[in-house]
Amino acid sequence: MALSVISIILVIVVAFLAGMEGILDQFQFHQPLVACSLIGLVTGNLEAGVILGGYLQMIALGWANIGAAVAPDAALAAVASAIILVLGGQGEAGVATAVAIAIPLAVAGLFLTMIVRTIAVPLVHLMDAAAEKGNIRRIELLQIFCLILQGSRIAIPAAALLFIPAETVKEALNTMPEWLTTGMAIGGGMVVAVGYAMVINMMANREVWPFFIIGFVVAAISQLTLIALGALGIALALIYLNLSDRGSASNGGNSGDSLDDILNDY
Amino acid sequence: MSDIIQIDNSENKIKLTKKDRLSVAWRSTFLQGSWNYERMQNGGWVYAMIPAIKKLYPMKEDRSAALKRHLEFFNTHPYLAAPVFGVTLALEEERANGAPVDDVTIQGVKVGMMGPLAGVGDPVFWFTVRPMLGALGASLALSGNVLGPILFFLLWNIIRWGFIWYTLEFGYRTGSKITDNLSGGLLQKVTKGASILGMFVLAALVQRWVSIKFQPVVSSVKLDHGAYIDWSSLPSGTEGIQQALVGLQNGLSLTQEKVTTLQNNLDQLIPGLVPLLLTFFCMWLLRKKVSPIVIIIGLFIVGIVGHLIGLL
Repeated sequence: MALSVISIILVIVVAFLAGMEGILDQFQFHQPLVACSLIGLVTGNLEAGVILGGYLQMIALGWANIGAAVAPDAALAAVASAIILVLGGQGEAGVATAVAIAIPLAVAGLFLTMIVRTIAVPLVHLMDAAAEKGNIRRIELLQIFCLILQGSRIAIPAAALLFIPAETVKEALNTMPEWLTTGMAIGGGMVVAVGYAMVINMMANREVWPFFIIGFVVAAISQLTLIALGALGIALALIYLNLSDRGSASNGGNSGDSLDDILNDY
Repeated sequence: MSDIIQIDNSENKIKLTKKDRLSVAWRSTFLQGSWNYERMQNGGWVYAMIPAIKKLYPMKEDRSAALKRHLEFFNTHPYLAAPVFGVTLALEEERANGAPVDDVTIQGVKVGMMGPLAGVGDPVFWFTVRPMLGALGASLALSGNVLGPILFFLLWNIIRWGFIWYTLEFGYRTGSKITDNLSGGLLQKVTKGASILGMFVLAALVQRWVSIKFQPVVSSVKLDHGAYIDWSSLPSGTEGIQQALVGLQNGLSLTQEKVTTLQNNLDQLIPGLVPLLLTFFCMWLLRKKVSPIVIIIGLFIVGIVGHLIGLL
């Protein structure tokens, strides 16, 4: 599908926002659910974009940069795969392939952000020099320049993708055999587990495992929506916190948390 | 020169107005903009502090010293930086008004707060709120519902901005006394509550959204006559369709054989058992320091090969 000039400009703007947010992590423009939907919107493929965003969001739920662990980059994965989906012109049918293409792109994005974070070191040294002279304007400009670099990290690859003729993308997608696309769709269903595993590994301890078991069993009741499950989880957390408060208070606080011990021994 | 007269006059202190504090809070959005491998969030930190520094230190030497002071190493969760900003603003205000607050105190407060706060922000925002809102939005989006992304974006940003502004003001009002408040166990409680909620919701997500289906047929039993819809003996036209649908509603099988796949057997044990085992396997691999990227690519290969041999 050939894009109009306005669409191309808007796609690059969305890509730039996603790139900045990839480092800022504030408004969440880099999350696939938002980025893919926006690209779908500005290119007139809203529904396909929203669906792709939903699939990728499920995969990327657990991706977060914590400490030394560097997660795959959601920004480039979301933006580039959405562009390929749009250029391929298959609409919703192309979603499974786009999801599979997104994964290697997430790795590429990871290296790009590492490069920009390294380039930022000498730029911060320039800030030191500006501080010495009390030059506030210059510090602000350097900060904005760093941010522009992060935005370009996604905007430039996105612009490059837009220059590939839609026909070429379409042909490349059509030459993919059925066994490959179906197989990748099956893989996509399993890949979701990796993100969850990352998060569970961060939070799990003896105290909270019982809540995992409850959540797993209760989720099999398909009438319960996610909102209902969330409400149930909040209620459980509040009950537990109140009870453990009461347990330690009636104990005179001598052994710390008695309910903890009971639950742990149980 | 009027600024200097103000400093000497203790009843006419320089105060940071609500507008100044709002400006710092807004600029803290860009805290990670110049994230670097050397001093991490230091550039973003000084960028956010600039409105306050401009207001508090009109003299060039003081300004330069303040800028350098705030270019020291800093790194925490980007939202949990807000209370640290609040406390630092209170300290800088006192210092500008002549109180004996030295560089070591300010840097000490920053470094002392950033570690514990990052330990709260990660489980609360990245492991609990975002997976929850993300899954909620994504589950709507999968059916093409535009409400999915809109809901996710709005809810997240309302929570985020509310949190940043409230905690920055809290830090500013409490000042350096904040460490007393925080040691009251509130932070531990919030973290624990978030972990409980997070584990509960994640388990539900594993059950619902990790999809893996085993195709092999375990058994194929021929059904008795009358237990399935006999397509050949149906009357033709709409009457036949009606009869078939009635049969279906009465629990008749569509085929002459009852096919049980490996998946059916596993689901009878407990629905979602295989996704659960897969998740545990991924956790084990991650703990063995296998890169998540390697696992992801590996799973795609398993998917393709499994499909080719008819297993998945």
